[in-house]
Formats: sequence, C-alpha cells, structure tokens
Amino acid sequence: MTNQPLLEVRDLQTVFELDEGTVKAVDGVSFDVYSGKVLGIVGESGCGKSVTIKSVLRLIEEPGRIANGAIRFRSKILGNSSNDMIDLVQLPAKGAQLRALRGNEIALIPQEPMAAFSPVHTIGNQLIEVIQLHQPVSDEEAKKIAVTRLKEVGFPNPESAMDRYSWELSGGLRQRAMIGMALTCDPLLLIADEPTTAIDVTTQAQVLSLLRKLQQEHQTSIIFITHDLGVIAQLADDVVVMYLGKVMESGPVDQIFHNPQHPYTRALLRSIPTVHTKNRSRLPTISGSIPHPFQKRTGCPFVARCQEALPQQRCTNQTPVLKAINKHQSVSCFLHEEEVNAC
Amino acid sequence: MLIYIIKRLLLLPFLLVVFSVIAFLLIQAPPGDFLTSYIAELAASGSSMERAQIDALRALYGLDQPMYLQYFKWVGRILTGDLGVSLDWQRPISQLIGERMGLTLALGLGTFVFTWLIAIPIGIFSATRKYSFFDYFFTVFNYFGVATPTFMTALVLMWIAFKYYGVSVTGLFSAEYIDAPWSWGRVADLLQHLWLPVVILGLDGTARLARVMRANLLDELKKPYMEMARAKGLSEWRLVMKYPVRLALNPLISTIGWYLPLIFSGSVIVATVMNLPTIGPMLLRALISQDMFLAGTIILFYMMLAVVGTLISDILLAWLDPRIRLDEE
Ligand SMILES: Nc1ncnc2c1ncn2[C@@H]1O[C@H](COP(=O)(O)OP(=O)(O)O)[C@@H](O)[C@H]1O
Ligand code: SF4
Ligand SMILES: [Mg+2]
Repeated sequence: MTNQPLLEVRDLQTVFELDEGTVKAVDGVSFDVYSGKVLGIVGESGCGKSVTIKSVLRLIEEPGRIANGAIRFRSKILGNSSNDMIDLVQLPAKGAQLRALRGNEIALIPQEPMAAFSPVHTIGNQLIEVIQLHQPVSDEEAKKIAVTRLKEVGFPNPESAMDRYSWELSGGLRQRAMIGMALTCDPLLLIADEPTTAIDVTTQAQVLSLLRKLQQEHQTSIIFITHDLGVIAQLADDVVVMYLGKVMESGPVDQIFHNPQHPYTRALLRSIPTVHTKNRSRLPTISGSIPHPFQKRTGCPFVARCQEALPQQRCTNQTPVLKAINKHQSVSCFLHEEEVNAC
Repeated sequence: MLIYIIKRLLLLPFLLVVFSVIAFLLIQAPPGDFLTSYIAELAASGSSMERAQIDALRALYGLDQPMYLQYFKWVGRILTGDLGVSLDWQRPISQLIGERMGLTLALGLGTFVFTWLIAIPIGIFSATRKYSFFDYFFTVFNYFGVATPTFMTALVLMWIAFKYYGVSVTGLFSAEYIDAPWSWGRVADLLQHLWLPVVILGLDGTARLARVMRANLLDELKKPYMEMARAKGLSEWRLVMKYPVRLALNPLISTIGWYLPLIFSGSVIVATVMNLPTIGPMLLRALISQDMFLAGTIILFYMMLAVVGTLISDILLAWLDPRIRLDEE
C-alpha cells in the first residue's frame, strides 16, 4: 500500500487566458504524493506553486483553466475499490463529487489565515460548518468535535475560542485554528500553501512542529508549499523544485540537499542562510530576475540566470524535459541528459 | 452591545435640541412675523380677524417677546404635546399630521420593503452572473431607473392607466371610500391604489440599491475567504449567501437610516403629482403659504426621523458586524 501513490499529478498544465496573452502558470508538472509522506514543493514566489495546488483542488477560476494533464487521486468515498484512482480533472468543476472530496479527503491550509476566515462569523461557526458538511452529526456532536480539534492544535481554552472571531486571535493561534479546521474530517491529503509566511519566526517553528506531530499521529499525506528550503528540510520526505511553472528537479529530501543535480536547486541551496555563513549581512542570492510570464519561452526556463549553461546555444534553443537520473531523482537539465546519454 | 446603544441614546437629547433650534429658525425665516403676513393675506382676500383673536394669538406665540423666549415657548408647548394650530388650515397641527401619518407610513414602508425585496436579489444575481444577459439587462434597466425623475415615471404611468384602462390612479382611495370610516373594503381599496405609487417611488431607489449591492458583492466575491469556503466543500450557492452576501449587505444596512426621512420627504413631488394624502404635499403647501408652524413641525419631524433612522442603522450594523460591536465595548 505504501508504495502506491495517493495522488499522481501528470503533465499538469494550467493556463490563464488574459487579454494580453496566455500565461502558462503551470506548464507540464508531474509529481506523486505517497500516503503518510510529506511532499515539499519549493520555488521562488510566482513560480506556480499555488496554481498547482489550486488545480489539484479544482479551484481554478476564470480566466484560468486546466489545459492538459491528469490529477489521479485514490479516493475512499468516490472510488469503487481501494485501488481505484479518480482523475479529478475529469470531474465536473462545480459538481457534488468534488465538493464531497474538498474539506473531507483533501483539505487546505491557506497562505493567509486572516483573510481566509470570515470576519463576521465565529471560529466555532466555521469549524462546525465543515464538520456538518461532511459528517451526519448533530449540532451538539459537531461542537464537541470542533472543541476537540481546537484542543488538539494547542488552544489553551478551546471552549471559549469557539466564540471568538479570527481577528481577535494572534497570528499563531489563527493558523492553529486553520490547521484544526483542515484536520476536522481526517483528510487523506492535506495541502498547506505557505502556511507560515504570515507569522513570525518563533511562532512559525511552533506551528511547523505542531504540523509535524499531527502528521505523524494521523499519518496524513501532506503537500507542503514554501519558498523556504529550510522549512522543507524540517518537514518533507520528498521535494519538488519548481521554476517558472515547470519542475526543475525532484527527489528524496536527502538527495536534494546533499546531492542537488540541477543548477537552480544548487543556486537555491546556496542562498539559504546557515550558521556557517561567515558574513551574515551579505547572503548570496540568485542573480538575475524571473522573466516576465508573457515573455516567449524557448530554451531552458532557467537559462537567463544559469551559471552552468552549456555552450553552443543548446540551452537557449532547446527545452530540456524532466528525466529520471536514478531510481528516485529526476532532473530537467541538459547537463544530465548528456550524462545519461554518455552511459 | 448594550453600552453601545446607551451611548447612542445619550446623544439623542442633544441632537433634538440642535434640530429644534434649526426648525425654529426656519419658522422665523420669512420676513415679519407670520401673524402679520397672515392678517395681510386675509385682508387681501377680503376677510379679516377680530382684534381680540389677534391679541390672543400674539400672546400665545409670545410674538412681542425676544426670539429666545419665543423659542422656549414653542418648545415648551411641543413638550406638553401641543403642536399649535395651522393658520392656513385653521386646525390643530397634531390633527393634521396625525390624519396623514398612517398613509404616509404605509406608503413609506411599502416603498422601502418593495425596494429592498427587488433590489437585493437583482444585485446578487447580477454580481454572481457578471456580464451575463441578466446582468446587462438589469444594468440598462437600472440606468433608466436612476436617470428618469420619479415624477416623470408617475406622469407617464398615470397617463397610460388613464388612456388605455380608463382609470384614474391618483389619490389613495376611490371616490366612495375617501371619507368613509375604516372597513375591510376601504383597506382593500387602499391596497389597490397603493401599489402604483409604491412602484413609482420604489423604482428609483431599487435601481440605485441594486447597483450598490452588485458592486459591493463583486468586491466580496474576490476575497480569499471565498476560495477557502470552496476548499471546504461548500456549494457555491450556500457559500455566496452565507459569506459575501452577508458582508456586502453590512454597509448597505448602515444607510437604512437615511431612507427613513427620505421616504417621507422624497415623495413630495410624486405625492403632489398623484394627489396623495400624505405629509409631503402638506409640507409643500405649508411652505408656499408661509404656514410656518406647520412647516417647522414637519421639518422637525423629518429631522427626528433622521436621528431615529441613524440610531436604527447603528444598532443593526453593530448587531451584524462583530468588528464594530466588539470595538465599541
Ligand atoms: N488569477 C490569475 N490570473 C492571471 N494570472 C495568474 C492568476 N493566478 C496566478 N497567475 C499567474 O500564475 C503565476 C504563478 O502564480 P502562483 O501559483 O500564485 O505563484 P506562487 O508560486 O508564488 O504560489 C503568476 O506569476 C501569475 O502570472
Ligand atoms: S538546461 Fe542549461 S540553462 Fe537550463 S539549467 Fe541546465 S545547464 Fe542551465
Ligand atoms: Mg502562492
């Protein structure tokens, strides 16, 4: 069972058709999520991380759409047998099937909990709502479940917190409430979109360790999105490195950190501040800036900033594809195609 | 919440004093005192008033005394429930207003309910189906509604009713019920007449309100909590009604207060055109004939409505929006 993925994303392409042109926000992304494992998706802001997971939840709105690809999910409630995988892309966008999955088998922890809670409804109201949506329980029972969840995520006073509004809570508690809400229905897959960007560093560490603890207790699969490789190191089992809507490299967390194969991954790793960095005030960053999304793309998306680009214009004229370089690791770079070819 | 309401209520007496001063200044605004101009008017029309009666009135209103004493006399009389006598109608003002109050209220409330019942659903549909046929249709409809003066709508509809159906739709009662005592037949007759002014008066407000509701809702529909609610598995309809509609309504509810006096005063022209026995036309007539105590009383009444309306709005808003409620506490 553990060898079978819970979620298979294959060649996902999500585009936004704007007046100025078509933005390929996600351009051929593939990855697997295994049950009980944490997949980290890392990449600079704007590389398509959020669009990827919104596609998985089928929350892409006009003018965006999923242009291509498959998102196969091993659903318990929708599948006929435990081995069935359902392609979420094929389900009607506003249909009851997707609604039955969302918040139930696939739950979201959003980037900004402040904006994601309604300011005029209590925390309790919003928790009970999602419980009763997916479980046939009475108001009393739903309330009990909600209080238990709030307690589990570390609310000192879960009963009174039920009557509070999100803006009355501290940033850390607000995100804890969000985590509690996401976990209420014991989801198979939890998607956390940069859940700690809106809170300070100390609280961030607490929220991360809470997530890690809950993940181990419930054996939930998690897609954890961040632009911070340091966070990935603490939490993830596998890593997908994205750049401009494409996967640059993917593999187990150890490989990515200790044996990075893609020039972009290496650049990202160099930019992490560590205790060993001598001059703290001059952190190395990746030089160059991200090209404009409308810019016509030929060649490797990273070529403009790549320090290892190949001679003879190959990187500029041709686009590399993601290829497995060993049992676990895949890379999208000509440097490795040569290696593979050479063998 | 309670503290909040009490705070507001404490402000009330102060506002009433300010308003009564304004209303009184208005009464005093025409040159000379009203009694002199009234006597002159009577003389012009060939009749006159007895010396004794004139003196009695002079004493009652304190016309020989300084302005502030006249003001206190007036306020004192109002506080004891005596609004004075309309010289124009030669009848107690309380009676005149009382007679028209019921119908004015029926018309005002009817218009208000009509406006909100029609405008809010249109606003919701237009926003959730932005740029659909439905949305465009009501956009055009609303522009007509806003751009056409209400008295114009009234005239056109009255003309159509008269020309094609041969019915006169002026007034609020048929001839046989005008002076009849209240009965079920009279109520039915009133309702038959009431709907047209309600529609005419309501169209303008409906158009405006629907536009505002649409704009507010469009803002709310972009908020991140929408996506979160979808990610929870809520159906589109349920989530729209629970979150964005609720939030889009909040600022509108804070304007309910302004409607209260507007409905009474805004209907002046239409009510005059349609010959409706409401307070609006009476104010117009009082102003024209310089029946200043009647006019002043009505204006004071309007201003009180504004205060009460604002209070209602504040309470409603605090009740609906915990951010305001908890902030005030
Ligand atoms: N609603 C939208 N309309 C148009 N373009 C969008 C929209 N949402 C995202 N995009 C495009 O997709 C790209 C990736 O966005 P996103 O997935 O939010 O990045 P991030 O990796 O920071 O989460 C953005 O650079 C933007 O060009
Ligand atoms: S393909 Fe070329 S430009 Fe792209 S990352 Fe590899 S070496 Fe750099
Ligand atoms: Mg994002």
